Amino acid sequence: MTGEPEIHKRLEQAGYIADRDLAIALMLLSRLQRPLLVEGDAGVGKTEIAKALSKVFDCPLIRLQCYEGLDANSSVYEWNYQHQLLSIKIRETEGNPAGEQERHIFSEKYLLKRPLLQAITMPEPPVLLVDEIDRADEEFEAYLLEVLSDFQISIPELGTIRASSIPRVILTSNGTRDLSDALRRRCLYYYLDYPTFDKELRIVNRHLPDISRQLSAQIVEFVQGLREMDLRKKPGIAETLDWAAALVRLDISRLDNDPQQIADSLVCLLKTREDRNALTDDVVERLVANLG
Amino acid sequence: MNVDPFNATTHPAAADVLVRRIIEFTRLTRDNGFRAGIEEELDALRVAQHCGLLEQGSLRPGLRTLLCADRQEWQRFDALYETYWYGTNRASQVKASRSARLGRQDALGDQSGGGRVMETDRPQTGTAGENDAGAARSGASHRQVSGKADFRFLTDAQQLREMENLVERLARRMRRQLCRRQRLSHTGRRIHIRHSIRNSLRYGGTPLELVFRQRRRQLPRLVLLLDVSRSMSLYSYLFLRFARGIIGAFGDAEAFVFHTRLVSVTEALRERDIHRMKQKLVVLSAGWSGGTRIGECLAQFNRQHAGRMQQARTVVMIMSDGFDTGTPAFLATQLEHIKKRARRLVWLNPLLGREGYEPLAGGMQAALPWIDVFAPAHNLESLQALEARLMN
Repeated sequence: MTGEPEIHKRLEQAGYIADRDLAIALMLLSRLQRPLLVEGDAGVGKTEIAKALSKVFDCPLIRLQCYEGLDANSSVYEWNYQHQLLSIKIRETEGNPAGEQERHIFSEKYLLKRPLLQAITMPEPPVLLVDEIDRADEEFEAYLLEVLSDFQISIPELGTIRASSIPRVILTSNGTRDLSDALRRRCLYYYLDYPTFDKELRIVNRHLPDISRQLSAQIVEFVQGLREMDLRKKPGIAETLDWAAALVRLDISRLDNDPQQIADSLVCLLKTREDRNALTDDVVERLVANLG
Repeated sequence: MNVDPFNATTHPAAADVLVRRIIEFTRLTRDNGFRAGIEEELDALRVAQHCGLLEQGSLRPGLRTLLCADRQEWQRFDALYETYWYGTNRASQVKASRSARLGRQDALGDQSGGGRVMETDRPQTGTAGENDAGAARSGASHRQVSGKADFRFLTDAQQLREMENLVERLARRMRRQLCRRQRLSHTGRRIHIRHSIRNSLRYGGTPLELVFRQRRRQLPRLVLLLDVSRSMSLYSYLFLRFARGIIGAFGDAEAFVFHTRLVSVTEALRERDIHRMKQKLVVLSAGWSGGTRIGECLAQFNRQHAGRMQQARTVVMIMSDGFDTGTPAFLATQLEHIKKRARRLVWLNPLLGREGYEPLAGGMQAALPWIDVFAPAHNLESLQALEARLMN
């Protein structure tokens, strides 16, 4: 069992700069064996938490990407029909009774495990990432809730499969749809906000070790200023990193040297036409002028 | 450091007080609308144990991650926590409760300071739960009464609020029903292998009985254009709530309002908190309830937004009475453009529900040839009838 300081340290080692609060949430996730629901705007690093967590516990990461129309066949299990058909054909001549035939083709040999089943049948507890749960239908959400509280899955042809290990579950949501109260209650909750200046600076310096300290500070300050504006799609951490990498490539050492070039490289940060239009040259100049 | 505060043999009194205080705090959050039940009370104790009570500042994030379930709660938590544990004077924001009181006859509990939550703004009758149930019941009965009533006759504020909620819920239900209808169909083009194999067993493996899978029909992508000019003012707020329900239920729907120019309100309507939504709308609404230039606004829509529409899926819904200050011919051209880009063009006209109304207004006349569905939208029933017309 790992305590909070240990998790915090290992998150850093895994390359994920986290607040202490998040380390505590992850510690509770593992000790209380409850799933953790992480909400926040796109691009604040929700999915990265799961990746980092799998490094912290040194265990495999199983990812289930949700989408509209996701059903049990693609999330829990599926029978390998081709093999079943072949097997039926091959054993045709042997004259087995139908009951025997059925037992044979619905044995584990022909079972294809999808993420949820995979996660509960691992010998060691893995990290299960249920990404963008809000995109899945309500029915799937209800089913998932059942799996997450009982940690068992019943397959009509095989019987009930109990978890051999309780996975560490992280769910992420972008809030495109309201999640059910039941699911929210079942989960621990963490709201991941845009990072503070210090945190984002550490992230940039960590990912781009060669960047000059002055440039990285300016970049982060600029992006933080941008987030204050009323944009349609605020730039996330990934965008900051992209932009920083682009500026390093362009051999820019200070943002205030060449506002025009800054304006040209903003494609890394602003992903919609409205936002690009909203950020006119004077706005860019004003933001740059305010930099320290 | 390694002192276990719950160890009853070494600190019997302290352990007891701590357990009480933590449970009391959990109940306080519940009385403030958090989703914390018995299970959470027990888990709160475990959280305290794991976080190490004596370690500065780790109980708060631990309890926060356990007890909060959405963003609003996440933001309110700190105020509650401080009020309870440090006795900060924020009582007005916190709803105290009698059920949270476990009685503190023991001296230690009283000395611990803080936690003296004022009994303010507590409803005198019944608990919050009972009130909710009551509201739901009266809502249901009102639905029967007012399904046929024209929205413009809703005058008292209470009724109007109920209607707003109903309209929004109706929009959300629409999506569920569209989904369900797809699944109930029986014929199809692709074989459902799983079921077919299952059925083949009784014939020794020969697939005699085939089962078909219905191709999943895609839900329409809705684009709502709401007229908010003065002539529509009796209806526009309800239509906005309807749009909010649609936006909440269909992930990719978009909504615009127009009077003399077109403004996108998709983001504002996506705001979960209704008061913040209203604030955002107020900011966007400069110049509302003025005259209407439908043609101009649709032209703006065609220029800026129509390019993103996928023809096969998009259903454009215009909610307007058709009173236009522009020329009818221009409006017709713009509608023709929209019609080319969308699978279906729906025009909802609240006036159509009035007796004796004929779409004679110049704009409306010119628009009719391009409209697939021309329907009334003056009461709940007419909105309900829409759902069937969206799919086929």
